[in-house]
Amino acid sequence: MLKINKLNVGVDDKNILNNINLEINKGELHVIMGRNGTGKSTLSNIITGKDGYNIGGGEVLYKNKNLLDMSTEDRALEGIFMSFQYPVSIPGLNTMHFLRTSVNSIRKHQNKEEYSSGEFIKVFKEKLAIVGLDESFAKRSVNDGFSGGEKKRFEILQMLLIEPKLVILDETDSGLDIDALRIVANGINNFKSKNNSFLLITHYYRIIEYLNPDFVHVLLDVKIVKSGDQKLALKLEENGYGWLKK
Amino acid sequence: MDKVKRTKKQLTDISSSEYKYGFKTNIEEERLPNGLNEDIIKSISKIKNEPKWLLDFRLKSYEKWKKMKEPNWQNLKYPKIDFNEICYYSSPKKKKLKSLDEVDPELLKTYDKLGIPLDEQKMLSNVAVDAVFDSVSIATTFKDTLKKAGVIFCSFSEAVIKYPDLIKKYLGTVIPSSDNYYAALNSAVFSDGSFVYIPKNTKCPMELSTYFRINAANTGQFERTLIIADDNSYVSYLEGCTAPMRDENQLHAAIVELITLDNAEIKYSTVQNWYPGDKNGKGGIYNFVTKRGHCKGNNSKISWTQIETGSSLTWKYPSCVLKGDNSIGEFYSVALSNNYQQADTGTKMIHLGKNTKSTIISKGISAGHGQQTYRGQVKIMKNAINSRNFSQCDSILIGSNCGAHTQPYINIKNSSSKIEHEATTSKIGEDQLFYCNQRGISTENAISLIINGFCKDVFKKLPMEFAIEAQKLMEISLEGCSVG
Repeated sequence: MLKINKLNVGVDDKNILNNINLEINKGELHVIMGRNGTGKSTLSNIITGKDGYNIGGGEVLYKNKNLLDMSTEDRALEGIFMSFQYPVSIPGLNTMHFLRTSVNSIRKHQNKEEYSSGEFIKVFKEKLAIVGLDESFAKRSVNDGFSGGEKKRFEILQMLLIEPKLVILDETDSGLDIDALRIVANGINNFKSKNNSFLLITHYYRIIEYLNPDFVHVLLDVKIVKSGDQKLALKLEENGYGWLKK
Repeated sequence: MDKVKRTKKQLTDISSSEYKYGFKTNIEEERLPNGLNEDIIKSISKIKNEPKWLLDFRLKSYEKWKKMKEPNWQNLKYPKIDFNEICYYSSPKKKKLKSLDEVDPELLKTYDKLGIPLDEQKMLSNVAVDAVFDSVSIATTFKDTLKKAGVIFCSFSEAVIKYPDLIKKYLGTVIPSSDNYYAALNSAVFSDGSFVYIPKNTKCPMELSTYFRINAANTGQFERTLIIADDNSYVSYLEGCTAPMRDENQLHAAIVELITLDNAEIKYSTVQNWYPGDKNGKGGIYNFVTKRGHCKGNNSKISWTQIETGSSLTWKYPSCVLKGDNSIGEFYSVALSNNYQQADTGTKMIHLGKNTKSTIISKGISAGHGQQTYRGQVKIMKNAINSRNFSQCDSILIGSNCGAHTQPYINIKNSSSKIEHEATTSKIGEDQLFYCNQRGISTENAISLIINGFCKDVFKKLPMEFAIEAQKLMEISLEGCSVG
């Protein structure tokens, strides 16, 4: 699904990611952990195509296509989805209208039939229940005045509606209370299948416990310094990052 | 008269209508020499066969204008206008084209995007219309319906001849010619416009629009409109058309006067989409318009809704004088400035009567190098006890080279009245667009989604089809915009 080879990334003169190698296959869930400011969000921005980075070398392949040549929009249309760490609010833009536009652009691109307004309301309500949001959400503006928890659930709602192939969860668990975390994790587990892939960026073991990842990677000082399985995450939770110093 | 004959007669009326303005045979080139002086004004009046009282009105206005100074308080930058370089009367019909092949292809592209049917495209592009053209019969049935209701809806020139008493009684009573520089200019040289009179106890059976009154479609650069709603009457009037009128005239100075008597209501909606100039700010219309409504009667209501996307300069403050007790004034506005467009627009709500209410919702959008100023005045006089005003002025910026300015003036002279004012300025950020792009929505669609969300409160005040066209128009006007 996603293959990153020897990727180097900088902003201005600063090196942010160095020699990153990562391969995520269909049906896998990978976790990236690491201290603040070690380039975790940069990695998700590079995969989704945000401007402002210099690619110093290496390649990123998605379904064997060069991802770095594609626009953000095309990547989304091809099935890449990111749950944002800080979703922006768009005052005045109705959530339903936004979601339907988004879902239908992607369905159209993937030669699936676009939802009529009636069909969409049905699917919308169904998924809304999964993330535990009530129907008054249909009348609000995108992320406008949402609480932290509502924003994260709204991201997961979008994932469920869009049905992407590769999902990046950028600190989707941050700022969630215990109940909300369980709901969000359930939403993810519900959708996870043999045909899609996940990359979760997180600081905490709790969500990992819910999601049972296949691989855990530690990003420290611009590099992936260690990879392992769920046990690695548990060890980090108990001992911190100190023991990993070169 | 049967329907076919009637249609034929209508057609003859329309096709011969260009001649009734004429005094030379070569209609297409009929124009007065450039410049402004008494002789020019006398010629205009003569061409239009006007009575002496109207010529006097024009000449007096001209005298006033000569003594006035061009306003300079607005936030608009433009080279000085040479009023002697302007032609004040040219034949209102532009050159007729033989087919759509002769029309600017860019213009046709825009029509297609607006979803305007081919026949209407022909009419809008001033291609000669033939007998099967739908709008002709629409115009005919339309006139019959209005006649039955007793509604007068005709060109201003026609009204001067047919209804001189009404014109004499109301002309210049809302906007005296001394009101401002451009009002004085219009009063001296106005060419044509619309006249509407809704009799007592009458709800106008349809929405009136200049668009259907074909022979008034090209009224030229100095329009004058007068609408009177008598006791217990109602009318909704739509001005302009959403298709871009590529008028060659540089200066537009129009006047619109509205009068509502007891319990009457006028709803006036405008979509202004004159030529905005090119991407580099070359060309485009200077739009200096004075619009004012007088809620003269008790419990009367005047509501202005405007969508301003065109013109390189917009100077326009549709206002309400709330004289009748319990009268209501409303102003809903969306103004957009892209490329090098500049708009200085807003409203005045003057509360004179008791328990008067006004609402102002203004949405300014700036993109490219566009500049937007909201300028509004709320004045509550001493006797206007228990009056209310609510104002909301929001601006949104697209990109970092544009500007938004808000200049509200508030003046209350009694202690029982209340005013609320809210204002916001926001920016379409790269983060918002990135978010939308990440959801598979193109930048262009994202901008239009965000802008439509921003304008929602105003769009919903427009008649249904107008609202849909206004949305499309916003999309077209913002095409190719970037936030960088």
